[in-house]
Amino acid sequence: MVEVAIPLSLRFRDDEPADEPAVTLDAFLDQPNALSVRIEGGDDVRRLGPALDRLRLVEIDFPRFRDGRGYSSARILREMGYKGELKAVGDVLVDQLLFMRRCGFDSFGPDQAIDLAVARRALTEYDFVYQQAADGRVPVWKLRHG
Amino acid sequence: MYRYDTYDQAIVDTRVAEFRDQVARRIAGEMTDDQFKPLRLKNGLYLQLHAYMLRVAIPYGTINARQLRVLAHIARKYDRGYGHFTTRQNIQFNWIRLEDAPDILAELAKVEMHAIQTSGESIRNISADQYAGAAADEVCDPRPWAELIRQYTTFHPEFSYLPRKFKIGLTASDTDRAAIKLHDVGLQIVHGADGETGFRVFVGGGMGRTPFVAHLIRDFLPAGAICSYLEAILRVWNRHGRRDNIHKQRIKILVHDLGAQEFARQVEEEWQAIQPLGDDMPLAEYTRIAAYFTAPPFEEGLCDALDLSDARFAAWVQQNVHAHKQPGYAIATVSLKPIGGIPGDVSADQIDLIADLAEKYSFDDLRPTHAQNVVLPHVRKADLYAIWQALDAAGLATANLDLISDIIACPGLDYCSLANTRSIPLAQKLADRFADPARQLDIGELKLKISGCINACGHHHAGHIGVLGVDRKGTENFQLLFGGSGAEDASLGKIIGPGFTEDGVVDAIERAVEKYRDLRDPGERFLDTYRRVGSDPFKEAVYG
Repeated sequence: MVEVAIPLSLRFRDDEPADEPAVTLDAFLDQPNALSVRIEGGDDVRRLGPALDRLRLVEIDFPRFRDGRGYSSARILREMGYKGELKAVGDVLVDQLLFMRRCGFDSFGPDQAIDLAVARRALTEYDFVYQQAADGRVPVWKLRHG
Repeated sequence: MYRYDTYDQAIVDTRVAEFRDQVARRIAGEMTDDQFKPLRLKNGLYLQLHAYMLRVAIPYGTINARQLRVLAHIARKYDRGYGHFTTRQNIQFNWIRLEDAPDILAELAKVEMHAIQTSGESIRNISADQYAGAAADEVCDPRPWAELIRQYTTFHPEFSYLPRKFKIGLTASDTDRAAIKLHDVGLQIVHGADGETGFRVFVGGGMGRTPFVAHLIRDFLPAGAICSYLEAILRVWNRHGRRDNIHKQRIKILVHDLGAQEFARQVEEEWQAIQPLGDDMPLAEYTRIAAYFTAPPFEEGLCDALDLSDARFAAWVQQNVHAHKQPGYAIATVSLKPIGGIPGDVSADQIDLIADLAEKYSFDDLRPTHAQNVVLPHVRKADLYAIWQALDAAGLATANLDLISDIIACPGLDYCSLANTRSIPLAQKLADRFADPARQLDIGELKLKISGCINACGHHHAGHIGVLGVDRKGTENFQLLFGGSGAEDASLGKIIGPGFTEDGVVDAIERAVEKYRDLRDPGERFLDTYRRVGSDPFKEAVYG
């Protein structure tokens, strides 16, 4: 089975992690001092628009890895200009990491340990991508036309 | 046709390596079958009743001889010597071993092919008009746009875990040969008043257990905005589509629940947010792709006359050959529906022969159709007789395009783990019953489509006559639908009454067809008569 495993998280940021617990979207919007929010499947992240400045951490929950709503939530947050930590939590598996990174996630809190060697390969093996997304990678149509 | 550049090739090669690793991790027990399932499905690998099935993408139904020969090789080396063309213009192999799948993908990648997103909850292979680039009635060749959309939708990071599958159909003609209104998104390329190219956008069509004809949500979308507009459609559905009941998760359900107008409003709102982000490809990319689809070097001044003194050849020309936009040329459809055969099946030797013919006579271009036939799109009329002779010798010259024996049928219970009934034996019995060519010609255009379960892979809702196989207390039972159409006049067939046994449904269809012959006005197809007189006379004929 998995030999090289890490129990906690994969984080792709240099700043200090937020240390207060993330609260629900409704609670976050009710509490002017809250800095971290946890987005559940059906939540509309556009409601965070007015509060982006104080936001340090957004956790987006994946109740099942097949539930892809969180990918859209992540992209919308990045399109709105959110620069803070965006963390995928829950049923997050190694074969979803690449698309999550591309949608703007820069931190991962998987329920189950992820093999780091497999994760590294999954995140680096594609040299080229077809779409512009939230990770700043240059799509091939831009490479083709300078 | 399109050719990969180093970027396209690198992406497909990487996918082979990635999938090889995923298969190895699955075999080593490093992931569960539940975790592996969506990964293999996104690569076209299904677990069927008896073996794995691999579905290989034929993007927008365009393929060349070199690629066909690799398919024939795969059929021989990894399967049982044949393949099966599907209703999404793809080909599938029914007897694949999991451990061989990475090697097969590697062989495909060498000829610029893959199985990416041919199943699973992903954006599937785009269907397109099989006469693209050859039909006189198209405003332009739709395939450059199809290729552009193919690239945009391949490994889309936001839309790889959608609520359900997502299918796009594309045409550039008013005559719809791609059934676009029965797709999640149907696109019709049109020219605006000032000559600008754009799309009419239909959304929310589909078959399955809850069929709908798609709604027009935008009458003219500037073509250059297609990616951002698709992104808006997909995002609205990805965020708001149901995820609690697998039977209610397709986009058609969301469109129906919200109403097409409200769905369109939400898409427009999302699009306003997305479009300024610059996700659309520039015109230069369209131009680059379109250069691969310039018209082949047709000869000028060819004669249109044909020697039709061979009656069997004349019958084939009449039924299976369509007008080409270039004088002296024709579009020839190779029927994969021999009487008594399996709709869509081809042997490796037949694939090789079709490859030879495409290479020799049709500018190395072949088009599988959603009706499970294949088209030689650009043949000189002067070559038609030689082509017909070669096809005839290989059992591929059945003159039945769009006739009652040109049946669409799903694989059914002979292969499929979802099926309630067998479809292939019924298709064979029906073809046998109406085998007489003169009788078929007299009946005229009649689209007969058979599904072995409610999932409707055999497009029964869109058949002029549709057959739906159901399980009735442990026995196979066949329901009959009349009045469907997958064409520009799209409509859904209606179940006419209690079901039948396999032999009973053959008899019932024959009685309905005879009733049509009694009732028809000159020039009317079965569908036209049915629409004019309604279902009662047909019910009476069938149930007496």
